[in-house]
Amino acid sequence: MSAAVSSMSYLGAGYSLRSWFTTRDHKRIAILYAVSITVFFFMGGTAASLIRLELLSPHGTLVTAETYNKLFTAHGVIMVWFFLIPSIPATLGNFLVPLMIGAHDLAFPRLNLLSWYLYIFGALFTLAALIAGGVDTGWTFYAPFSTMFSTSYVVATVTGVFIVGFSSILTGLNFIVTVHRLRTPGLGFFQLPLFVWAIYATSLILVLATPVLAMTLVLVAAERLFGIGIFDPALGGDPLLFQHLFWFYSHPAVYIMILPAMGVVSEVVTCFARKPVFGYHMMAYAIVAIASIGFLVWGHHMFVSGQSMYAGMTFSLLSYLVAIPSAIKVFNWTATLYKGSISFAAPMLYALGFILLFMLGGLTGLFLASLALDVHLTDTYFVIAHFHYIMVGGSVMAYFAGIHFWWPKITGRMYSERWAQFAAVVIFVGFNVTFFPQYILGIEGMPRRYHDYPSEFQVLHVFSSAGAAILALGYLLPFVYLAWSLRFGSPAGPNPWNARGLEWQTASPPPQENFPTKPDIPARPYDYAPEPAAAPS
Amino acid sequence: MSASSTSAVMSVPRKSSVAEFGMWVFLVSEMLFFSVLFFGYLVTRLHHPLGFATASRHTDVVIGSVNTAVLLTSSLMMALAGRSAAAGARRSATRLLAATAVFGMIFLALKGLEYAHDAQHQLVPWRDFSLAFEPDAAGARLFFWLYFIMTGAHAVHLLIGISLVLFVMVGVARVRHAIHVELIEVTGLYWHLVDIVWIFLYPLLYLVSRS
Repeated sequence: MSAAVSSMSYLGAGYSLRSWFTTRDHKRIAILYAVSITVFFFMGGTAASLIRLELLSPHGTLVTAETYNKLFTAHGVIMVWFFLIPSIPATLGNFLVPLMIGAHDLAFPRLNLLSWYLYIFGALFTLAALIAGGVDTGWTFYAPFSTMFSTSYVVATVTGVFIVGFSSILTGLNFIVTVHRLRTPGLGFFQLPLFVWAIYATSLILVLATPVLAMTLVLVAAERLFGIGIFDPALGGDPLLFQHLFWFYSHPAVYIMILPAMGVVSEVVTCFARKPVFGYHMMAYAIVAIASIGFLVWGHHMFVSGQSMYAGMTFSLLSYLVAIPSAIKVFNWTATLYKGSISFAAPMLYALGFILLFMLGGLTGLFLASLALDVHLTDTYFVIAHFHYIMVGGSVMAYFAGIHFWWPKITGRMYSERWAQFAAVVIFVGFNVTFFPQYILGIEGMPRRYHDYPSEFQVLHVFSSAGAAILALGYLLPFVYLAWSLRFGSPAGPNPWNARGLEWQTASPPPQENFPTKPDIPARPYDYAPEPAAAPS
Repeated sequence: MSASSTSAVMSVPRKSSVAEFGMWVFLVSEMLFFSVLFFGYLVTRLHHPLGFATASRHTDVVIGSVNTAVLLTSSLMMALAGRSAAAGARRSATRLLAATAVFGMIFLALKGLEYAHDAQHQLVPWRDFSLAFEPDAAGARLFFWLYFIMTGAHAVHLLIGISLVLFVMVGVARVRHAIHVELIEVTGLYWHLVDIVWIFLYPLLYLVSRS
């Protein structure tokens, strides 16, 4: 091993496969997750590439309609459950939460490893279903198609998702107990970095929402295998019951995907603006408000389903309400930047990209929350653009921001800043060229989940597919230069960014026990003063 | 959190251990897990009050009631086992844990018997469903599917609980090891949840229309 990785670091504590697959070290488990979700990111991305290739021409050329259905289902299932939901919490959260609170590990280290094994087991199950022939219901598994008419591998797929759900629940449980009980003495809740707040709120959602999905999928399987009829009107059931149950989980699920990203952005923006975050308390309350109100808005996915007008009005109002704490966060990041000493290292480029793209995606959410507009926009490409702006332009960019920001801490190496900045710009450009046209497509009436469309939509689809090619290139770049840095990157010291936070008070990479000497607790979080960040080479 | 000299008779509340806190969080997730079935029951019953009333009268209220008593007793055994463990009474704790497991197994045995009877009386909503010609047969079918799924999910959790109790009991019986009080507390919490779920299942399934 190289000089940067001392034998005392967690990376040096055993080199065998066994030492990795039986580890209880939260840092190693984070890396196990990181490698796994990356594999799935590429699989989901391959499905997306095939989708965008098919959509280059208006009529089915590459794939049949049924295969197309399986492609967008695979894309959704893989990206939601095997990439986005675990991404920041299970990788950055696992690695950083104990460090940020001055602890040796999570509350239940063996449970943490079990979470990863459940993830792998569920993922392999779902992968088997996809290889055996796939599923064509969409990631939303709507009854009655999923329960009665689809001839694809629904039960196998929902079983895989069910198993992965328990991975999520146990991870959330671990974080909740850790944040409550393992904080180093003297570190109160309102001294915690916002990243920890974000992971904590996310964990509440993981624990409360995921079990609902699990049991709902059991009912789908029961309906499909035994024809129990709970979702079938002919047998006295109600297909809307499925939608209510599914979205009761799946709406909070999108907050699982965005809250950790918001946590990352707070860490990066403060460091590269050299300023404490504006309105720390409001930022923390906003995180909790998003998580709470997020449980009350699920019906906005069902405005045209036939639910009562009064339900629609209530969900619409609550959806506008949940935008308020999100907006507060955007205002506060902006105010943090104001009069800051801003530098544009790669993590900051990604974070700035997040703020803009999340804001755009969020604003379009307001259009969709309006009942009358949603009648026109629902099930169109407008919705697809909306959630990709938030999940890709938001969450994925924040994930990359976090990977780059904490790369020196995790690996002990600096990556090439030039290549990273270039990749960030390529990703930003590629992303917008891919997804902005989709807003227009949606407004003009292009339905989602269709591979065959009127030829007047082709120009915008071609733009979008071209953007996807750029985006794909952008995503490939980090894998090259980050991998390169593992071998050839310059060794990083404990705090190459001159950042605040307890994780920067230990070596890069950290020793197995995290803190050989007790870290100093700052008086307040983000204790930045206006001096420049240490310039990386 | 010191025992203040001005406080009266109340004992100082003990801060739960990390393991207990973790189990409470897990129990909350379990409650959400079951809530889907309870919600499905609620919605379906609102739409099919007649079918539910009819079907519920065909459940075996004798076995159901006996099982309720059995499970409540098992919870008592579990609670006493926790007290014995905390007091260091190894033999008493072992016996009470064994009793807990035995009562749990009696519950499962009676449940199995009940399922066999249900099948015999053609209450499984497949072919030859015996309530197929009642008014609101659809409601009766849905009732019995929910009955099997809800009691089935409960039985799975009870089985997990029994395994946990047996595992802990073996640990307690090992004379050369200190009693793992925390583990027993945590197992007790899980056991009581399984019991509480049944407390709600019993009236919802067996007592809908027995006046």
